[in-house]
Amino acid sequence: MSELRLNAVTLAYERARSPVLDRLTLGIGKGEFVAVLGQSGSGKTSLLNLAAGFLEPTEGRVTLNGSVVHGPSADRAVVFQDDALYPWLNARDNVAFPLKLRKVAPTLRRERAERLLADVGLAGQGDKHIWELSGGMRQRVGIARALAAEPEYLLMDEPLGALDAMTRDQMQELLLTVWHRSATGALLITHSVEEALFLATRVVVLAAHPGRIVSSLDVSFGRRFLAGEPARALKSEPDFVALREQLISAVHTNEAVAA
Amino acid sequence: MTVSVDSIRLGQGELPRRRFRWSRVLPILAGAGVALGIIVIWHLASTLGWVSPVFLPPPSAVLAALGRLVTTGYVDSTLIQHAGASLGRVFAALGFSILIGVPVGLIIATSPIGRGLFDPIIEFLRPLPPLAYLPLVIIWFGIGETAKVLVILLAMVPAITIATAAGVRSTSKNQVNAARSFGATHLQLLVNVLLPSAIPSILTGIRIALGAGWTTLVAAELVAAGRGLGYMIQSAAQFLVTDVVIAGILVISAIAFAFEALLRFIEHRFVPWARNQ
Repeated sequence: MSELRLNAVTLAYERARSPVLDRLTLGIGKGEFVAVLGQSGSGKTSLLNLAAGFLEPTEGRVTLNGSVVHGPSADRAVVFQDDALYPWLNARDNVAFPLKLRKVAPTLRRERAERLLADVGLAGQGDKHIWELSGGMRQRVGIARALAAEPEYLLMDEPLGALDAMTRDQMQELLLTVWHRSATGALLITHSVEEALFLATRVVVLAAHPGRIVSSLDVSFGRRFLAGEPARALKSEPDFVALREQLISAVHTNEAVAA
Repeated sequence: MTVSVDSIRLGQGELPRRRFRWSRVLPILAGAGVALGIIVIWHLASTLGWVSPVFLPPPSAVLAALGRLVTTGYVDSTLIQHAGASLGRVFAALGFSILIGVPVGLIIATSPIGRGLFDPIIEFLRPLPPLAYLPLVIIWFGIGETAKVLVILLAMVPAITIATAAGVRSTSKNQVNAARSFGATHLQLLVNVLLPSAIPSILTGIRIALGAGWTTLVAAELVAAGRGLGYMIQSAAQFLVTDVVIAGILVISAIAFAFEALLRFIEHRFVPWARNQ
């Protein structure tokens, strides 16, 4: 079965009192959208770094479709909060970067990059320099670039964290559309409960000291949005509001959501 | 109501008129004023007999010397030939310095073993004044062009190496991780991420290296050169031809300034991201 799985992973640093992550198990299926919530210091980003292969677990293992992975690879492309774009390349060449690494022919590369830019709402903006783009547009380029790697899993570390509220709402809808269309599995690290609830098919709450999962909740607001329900209506639904409040208290108290 | 008058005018589609800014013009005026002041005092000092014209010929004499240098030359070569010889040495040294300094800088920044190997050498060379190792270079390599280029090169390599290493290290961790997550090999990471990201810093290193190169040039040309600006100045000094000495200094300064300006232009034109981040 297709799954990116953290299997009883522990991440510990010498001299630290408690491990950053303690025997944590989390599986993300293809077609799933898992959002991880937690306070600062709960190990959210470490969890993503393990899944991406930037870090090796102290114990336990990370598997992709059953086989253990070491190090990063194009099947798990990452979108970063600080966009991590390359300012010496224009928007199109940034998107085409993973294709260049795979030695795709320049014309094909260009064509594919243009298409991906159009997919994230940046049609015709390929020639723009990175510094000419707004924060939201940069993040769109970052997402298009990750998709260019044709990953099985899209790993996102607070990709909307630095954006203003309006742009954030638009980008949430974009993320859902893109995730749905690319048929990848998604892992989203976020500190916004509303974002997690709206986007994910499963919301996971991490607690700190040691980092562990205290709640795991299946939700379907994102799927309903993709089926055509308006975002604002979904976010103001009593169910949504109730879950949001429960999750906020779970994040703050480090305790499980009462079922 | 706090709507400003300006914003209302702008709202009507009128372009704001570019205002004359004293803050922009003043520094240039001040600089020109200082230069003019120095020339006037210099002129007065030599013509009114405050200083003997042997030690300080008036600006007009220096200008005349410059003219003679261009047309008839001094010590068997014209100014163009002297300048050509010096430029050849400085740029040969710069070329080799880039060929050595950039790869070594990359190695220092990316490999702990490489750092252990090269860092001590660079840190040993960096603070040494070129005049200190010039005699040794002459003992080893003779008094030909090799020794001259080598001395200049030794003064340039540390600047370029250190700038390259600093540039590579300044690449953001996420930029590196992004490339790795898209499947970049070590070589691809080096060529496509670390090197381009270091280019602004490398250009700064080249600017510093050129400065060091001009400084070292005169020393390198002290010994058995037949041509070159440094040699020209040295020869003139020995015969107290002060106007040629001053003219030579002004020429070196002008050339150095021109290349500084050229490099700034290159930076502006080809690495625009350096100033837009």
